[in-house]
Amino acid sequence: MGNSVGGIDRFRKILGDRKTQGAALAVLIIFVILLPLVANNYIEEVATNTLFYIVLALGLNIVVGYAGLVDLGYAAFFAVGAYTTGILMHYGWNFWLTIPMAVLFSVIAGVIIGGPTLRLRSDYLAIVTLGFGEITRITARNLKITGGASGLVGIQRPSIFGHILNQITDFYYLFFILVILAVLVAMRLHNSRLGRAWQYIREDEDAAEAMGIDPVKTKLYAYMIGAAFGGIAGAFFAVKMTAISPETFAFTQSAMILLAVILGGMGKIPGAILGAVFLVLFPEIFRGIGQTRMLFFGIMLVIIMVFRPQGLWPERKG
Amino acid sequence: MSILEVQKLTLRFGGLTAVSNLSFELEENTIMSLIGPNGAGKTSAFNCLTGFYKGSEGEILFKGQSIFRQKPHKITKLGMARTFQNLRLFKDMTVLENVMSGMHSRTKAGVFGAILRLPSQVHEEQRIRQVSKECLDFVGILDKESRLARNLAYGDQRRVEWARALATQPQLLLLDEPAAGLNQDEKEQLVGLIRRIRKDLGITVLLIEHDMGLVMKVSEKIVVIDYGQKIAEGTAEEVKNNPRVIEAYLGKEDEE
Ligand SMILES: Nc1ncnc2c1ncn2[C@@H]1O[C@H](COP(=O)(O)OP(=O)(O)OP(=O)(O)O)[C@@H](O)[C@H]1O
Ligand SMILES: [Mg+2]
Repeated sequence: MGNSVGGIDRFRKILGDRKTQGAALAVLIIFVILLPLVANNYIEEVATNTLFYIVLALGLNIVVGYAGLVDLGYAAFFAVGAYTTGILMHYGWNFWLTIPMAVLFSVIAGVIIGGPTLRLRSDYLAIVTLGFGEITRITARNLKITGGASGLVGIQRPSIFGHILNQITDFYYLFFILVILAVLVAMRLHNSRLGRAWQYIREDEDAAEAMGIDPVKTKLYAYMIGAAFGGIAGAFFAVKMTAISPETFAFTQSAMILLAVILGGMGKIPGAILGAVFLVLFPEIFRGIGQTRMLFFGIMLVIIMVFRPQGLWPERKG
Repeated sequence: MSILEVQKLTLRFGGLTAVSNLSFELEENTIMSLIGPNGAGKTSAFNCLTGFYKGSEGEILFKGQSIFRQKPHKITKLGMARTFQNLRLFKDMTVLENVMSGMHSRTKAGVFGAILRLPSQVHEEQRIRQVSKECLDFVGILDKESRLARNLAYGDQRRVEWARALATQPQLLLLDEPAAGLNQDEKEQLVGLIRRIRKDLGITVLLIEHDMGLVMKVSEKIVVIDYGQKIAEGTAEEVKNNPRVIEAYLGKEDEE
């Protein structure tokens, strides 16, 4: 274990050089692009799922990693996005037009949850966000428009330039594009005035406020942007699955995404990606050993957190 | 014209009155000191001025406008900057990034500016760096801009705090014990710096300081407080010879 973690660090050191970094990234991208040519359906399905969780992890990373806030109910934003798209398409909307609405509604949800609670201490925030996640799920269970406990079925497949996206390969590439966009947005936010403001607040809220930064507003932005990521991911999730039900957005879902962020090393884009990859792949790889794999999975997580509390790919401190 | 007017300011913590009925005025473009024994309420008064504590009673006018019980970030935006008695740097960020925080209230790029890398945002980022570097240069540590704040010597960390406060482009600068922990050489430089802040940048300075030599050298006016109350006010000469001040600092004979 200690060895493999040491391996990651050695790997990171090699990657320290910009040229090698670029080359490694190029190889990785080519690999991802070519994968469907050689992979079977099952592998493509798992890979698509991984890409999907990467988008969610990158979104939650903005809240948890960049702004240092707790959120135990992230699946709620993902749910709002998925249901918005599902419902609007049911009323005949074009999928692509539902995306802005999915973003709008999830951001509104972000403001509703963030506005009144961001003044709270982080332990209270944990409870409130947990509750919010559950409320969202239970609401979806009980509303008629969301299809109650059985959810929405028969969501139509989207089309692009007349080509209907109904193959797993279509979604694989679609989610790959989403990942690239998400990485780009996350990177740009991180290296911006807003990104720095998050970091100042995380390091010392009083000092940040003395510098003229409004902590509540700045944190709310993190919530809203994180929610937007969740909403977009949800919209695509709805059309990929063609059916969504409240149980898809249970607490375990939120916990899983949070785990990806923490495991990867909060605040770093490669960390969030690595965390998501690990979380999706591990249970799949050990599918052969049945339910005990979840036990191993749990043990593995504990070991990682003990030996590497800063995460697999933590923020580098000069 | 006075840039700051404190009127009958009182701050209570439960039964303890940390600041009591404190009034003073600060003329624009002067250097004034707030002094008093340990626990006299100097930092508490600063915290009321900068919004970190909400005063119980009284009024505070900054540039003629009430800032009593305002939020700290709003007060900073209005043009009042501060440093902390105990260093409060962003320790895991570089020196330059620390100072860039000061420009936050003078800039406005938001979410879309950042995501779309609009020209206006790119330009603004350049300006933030430019001003921050100028501030670092002003306090004399531009050569350390890319070091992590936590790796600097104590005296240099103090300078980062001053540069960071200057980067908010204030009209009034509050320094809470800037000389604490500095050696004699650094204190001399601090005197020079405070004078340059006023002369070159036109910033009014209010400082809390225990080093009497420094206070007497640099201040045009001194306010002395004890147990939260003002006990004297005047020039260095006047204050030095005030019996109440001597008593507060040396203690009453019958108490010892
Ligand atoms: N947040 C607080 N809660 C309760 N009491 C406080 C608080 N802040 C300060 N005090 C009390 O108020 C009084 C004044 O403290 P303050 O820090 O303002 O003194 P000071 O003049 O700055 O002293 P020093 O020279 O030691 O820095 C002290 O008795 C202190 O214990
Ligand atoms: Mg003090």
